[in-house]
Amino acid sequence: MPAVAPETLAQTLVDHAPTVRAAWLDAAADELRGRTTRGELEREQTDIYDALVDGLRAGGTEVSAEAFDQLRGILADVSAARARLGFTPRETAVGMFALKEGLYALAGSPDAMAGLVPLLRLVDDLGLFTFETFASAREAIISEQAEQLLELSTPVVKLWEGIVAVPLVGTLDSARTQVVMEKLLNTLVETGSTQAIIDITGVPAVDTQVAQHLLKTVVAARLMGAECTISGIRPQIAQTIVALGIEFGDIRTRATLADALVDALREGRRSPAGVTA
Amino acid sequence: MTTAPVATATATERLEVRADSDVVRVRQLVRAVAQKARLSLVDQTKLVTAASELARNTLVYGGGGDVEVELVTDGRRSGVRAVFSDEGPGIADLDLALTDGWTSGSGLGLGLSGSRRLVEQFSIDTAPGAGTRVEIATWSR
Repeated sequence: MPAVAPETLAQTLVDHAPTVRAAWLDAAADELRGRTTRGELEREQTDIYDALVDGLRAGGTEVSAEAFDQLRGILADVSAARARLGFTPRETAVGMFALKEGLYALAGSPDAMAGLVPLLRLVDDLGLFTFETFASAREAIISEQAEQLLELSTPVVKLWEGIVAVPLVGTLDSARTQVVMEKLLNTLVETGSTQAIIDITGVPAVDTQVAQHLLKTVVAARLMGAECTISGIRPQIAQTIVALGIEFGDIRTRATLADALVDALREGRRSPAGVTA
Repeated sequence: MTTAPVATATATERLEVRADSDVVRVRQLVRAVAQKARLSLVDQTKLVTAASELARNTLVYGGGGDVEVELVTDGRRSGVRAVFSDEGPGIADLDLALTDGWTSGSGLGLGLSGSRRLVEQFSIDTAPGAGTRVEIATWSR
């Protein structure tokens, strides 16, 4: 089959716009019922359709062509928006693939026949492009959330004048320990505290890596002149630490956060900072 | 040391260890199976911690590998058996590797030796260039 000029394809789309658009809208609205309104879909499709025609007029044959820059931009925006709104991959891709329904409606018109196959092929590529941008938008959201979680999960709270505490919950990996350590050290300076309590009640297992991270944090806090207590050591964790052979040395440890707080208050009263109180 | 019970296994679960997040998954799986085997809370925690150490060794020193976890029973007691295997460089001097505080990396040097104390049965099969296979098991009381 001889290649059909992009210009001809554009003309086909313009000539049959009402038929194609109506079938496209119907097919997409059918799939996305309840997810988005018909009016919104129609506006979106107008933008895509116009950009597609413009791209073809500018001589575009491949989705990656420069002529389709604008179209790709629109599709990327639409996919990213759908990813954020929690659309499924199917719901996102179907918006583009539904245009094929519109093209099938042209099967009976002799003047459109020649352009049908290249147009269908183009729509396939555009659908795949939509899918790809959807996936990368989702990945971006996931890594964003992972970062937020890292921040969220490590609050440093001021318990008393001169006493701050970090309640650790969940898995302590290197990245999280880094965040915890930084936040703790910063809070020590900001609040002028001399006592820090690291509570590990919410840490399910203390292995050598976790212990090493804890030890480093305590040493860093000490270098800044703060005394650190590790609290929330449950019976099973204590027995595990002993069997594993981890030595906490002269680091103060307590069974509960309450015990650690009482200790820290007593210490604080003795230190110069607490004299005024 | 008691003689090893003759064990029959039910449903083996296999996990790959290729990244840090896989170590977390191994831990979760071992904890779930340990609960099914009705291990005491202390034994559960010890076993999970040992699994965490060994899975990390598989990842860091073995360059990744896989872990098989299974619920085993000898008819009287139930238990959990886990096998950690990698195709890494292997361990040249096993006695040295099992010495408290010795490490070829940057850890505390307690992972391998400590794990041995955390479980009831511990066996290691390794040779330079032939990878490492560590098998552990803990039984309900």
